Amino acid sequence: MGRPGLAVMDGHGCGFAGELMRRALLIAIPYVWLLALFLVPFFIVLKISLSDVELAIPPYTPTLDLSQGWAGITDFFSQLDFENFVWLTEDDLYWKAYLSSVKIALISTVLTLLVGYPIAYGMARAPTEWRPTLMMLVILPFWTSFLIRVYAWMGILSNEGYLNQILLWLGIISTPLTILNTNTAVYIGIVYTYLPFMILPIYSSLERMDESLIEAAEDLGCSRLKAFWLVTIPLSRPGIIAGCFLVMIPVIGEFVIPSLLGGSGTLMIGKVLWEEFFSNRDWPVASAVAVVLLLILVIPIVLFQRNQQKQTEAGQ
Amino acid sequence: MNTTVFAPWEDPQAKPLIQFQNVTKRFGGFTAIDNLSLDIFEKEFFALLGPSGCGKTTMMRMLAGFEKPSDGHIMLGGQDIDPIPPNKRAVNMMFQSYALFPHLSIWENIAFGLRRDNMPKRDLEDRVEEMLRLTRLEQFARRKPHQISGGQRQRVALARSLAKAPKLLLLDEPLGALDKKLRQDTQFELMDIQEKTGTTFVIVTHDQEEAMTVASRVAVMDQGKLMQVATPDRIYENPNSVYVADFIGDVNIIEGRATANGDETYQVDWAEGQSPLTATSSTGFTNGQSCHLAIRPEKVTISADRPADAINAVQGKVHDIAYLGNLSTYHVELANGTIIKAQSANTRRISRRSFTWEDPVWLSWTATAAVLLAN
Repeated sequence: MGRPGLAVMDGHGCGFAGELMRRALLIAIPYVWLLALFLVPFFIVLKISLSDVELAIPPYTPTLDLSQGWAGITDFFSQLDFENFVWLTEDDLYWKAYLSSVKIALISTVLTLLVGYPIAYGMARAPTEWRPTLMMLVILPFWTSFLIRVYAWMGILSNEGYLNQILLWLGIISTPLTILNTNTAVYIGIVYTYLPFMILPIYSSLERMDESLIEAAEDLGCSRLKAFWLVTIPLSRPGIIAGCFLVMIPVIGEFVIPSLLGGSGTLMIGKVLWEEFFSNRDWPVASAVAVVLLLILVIPIVLFQRNQQKQTEAGQ
Repeated sequence: MNTTVFAPWEDPQAKPLIQFQNVTKRFGGFTAIDNLSLDIFEKEFFALLGPSGCGKTTMMRMLAGFEKPSDGHIMLGGQDIDPIPPNKRAVNMMFQSYALFPHLSIWENIAFGLRRDNMPKRDLEDRVEEMLRLTRLEQFARRKPHQISGGQRQRVALARSLAKAPKLLLLDEPLGALDKKLRQDTQFELMDIQEKTGTTFVIVTHDQEEAMTVASRVAVMDQGKLMQVATPDRIYENPNSVYVADFIGDVNIIEGRATANGDETYQVDWAEGQSPLTATSSTGFTNGQSCHLAIRPEKVTISADRPADAINAVQGKVHDIAYLGNLSTYHVELANGTIIKAQSANTRRISRRSFTWEDPVWLSWTATAAVLLAN
């Protein structure tokens, strides 16, 4: 009786190994993707950030010379140093730019949430047959170039722009408001651009919510407002968190909006990065800025992923 | 034994807890509730029974305050409750979906309503513990709703809606999501809890068996109207219409014309070449008035020979047999093609069954077994 049992065990073991192989292969695809499109570029940037600036092509030194064999490699590594990172701490422009970026990102995330939540709520409460249309309206702006839309805002917000013209015509103001090239314009631009990223996750969490939960809360003694606060808000929290991260993470590194709508007083790390790369042609310092920016962003990204994970666990 | 039967609806002095006074509810052009009046008394376990779309859920939602009557008034304890919003009513509802708050623990779900009343902490804890004990949920208090079974969720929903000790508890298809066995157990649990707490229960269901089991009175509804309001046994034994007779349980309906034949006794001519049937009825019929004879299958006796003393007897042959384990239903085809169902208890093993397909048989029933209905 023992023999057939053993045979079965063997067969099972074989299948198990095959299964492992298949799984490994399946997992390998995203890993290769990640390696090629994220890790390799990151190490190139990291390498440049440890180099020194030079008037040459490429504009940094050292470069890896493999023709000299082992000596070339050791020579290459001996010339790398943390000079550029030290420089970032010495010039207060950089940490001020980081700080200001985080501040602008936080404020604009809150603003986007305040604008986006009511829209998402309205969409989720709208009659079912309207919802696809409303969803379409939220996504529609993506069909035109982001750059063109930001330029359009310059036309609206400038001193002679439509907004000032309308306000003057209505008699609300007597002299044009200066909005363009201020932080206000940056906030308007960010809220406008990133609004869909806030609306969509909140909408999806609100839409899934069972209407009878609100009725149950009212039945148990809540006013409409209290029911909203005690039931709707907590149940849409995963959506709120996802939306906030989806807005905040890219806004910290945002470059186009502050450079087009912001003024000389708008300090954001994306702009600094661009200037180091293209105005100063100081690739090593620019790369160092980028590496530090990435490290700053890793914290919210990890928090975001943990939130997502918790959400899927709760859903099971 | 001297127990008073609980029947406040027969006492003209009794004051109803709930009164529907000519209530009509329209949704756009659709009339969900049509000029309906109904009294429900304190401590009753009242069932609203009907097919889906008959308006029973609308009745319940009007009691809870989620809908307002288009016409007429609803009184609760003598007070017109139409202008009172749901959160100010001494009425709680157990939702069909249970509507448990997924972000709160079982304990917090039950405490939810009590917290809204700003109940002192000590009293609140006592009350929640009491509810947990009542519904046997003590060991699940710290869990979230998604971590317990369907039957337990149902009990949490019940505990939460009872926690505020409402004057009236509404139950919307409370057992719909449970499997049959669990449903039967839970029905008795519900009755126990209703008795223990003395709360007035109004239950909405489409399951006639459930309504018959739990309720002190049943209202059968159809298209926004009440068809009959009576105790379960009266609904079953004395339906007032073919609709009610047909909706509750299994029934044979025979159409015919009534002729008076003595005191409260009528002869029903129902088919060519068949001898007339005899039935008693307290409601009067004029001679030649068309009528329906409703007979429950279990009141029809099936036999091989014509019973000597039977007042109603018809002959036919066995067309079909439905074996239900404890019972068998025989579908007997008469000479004119009419099928009449007869039910008998399977007191013997199936191999020793007296009748089989195509056997000629006699069906008989007494004069009082059938109900004579005008429509």
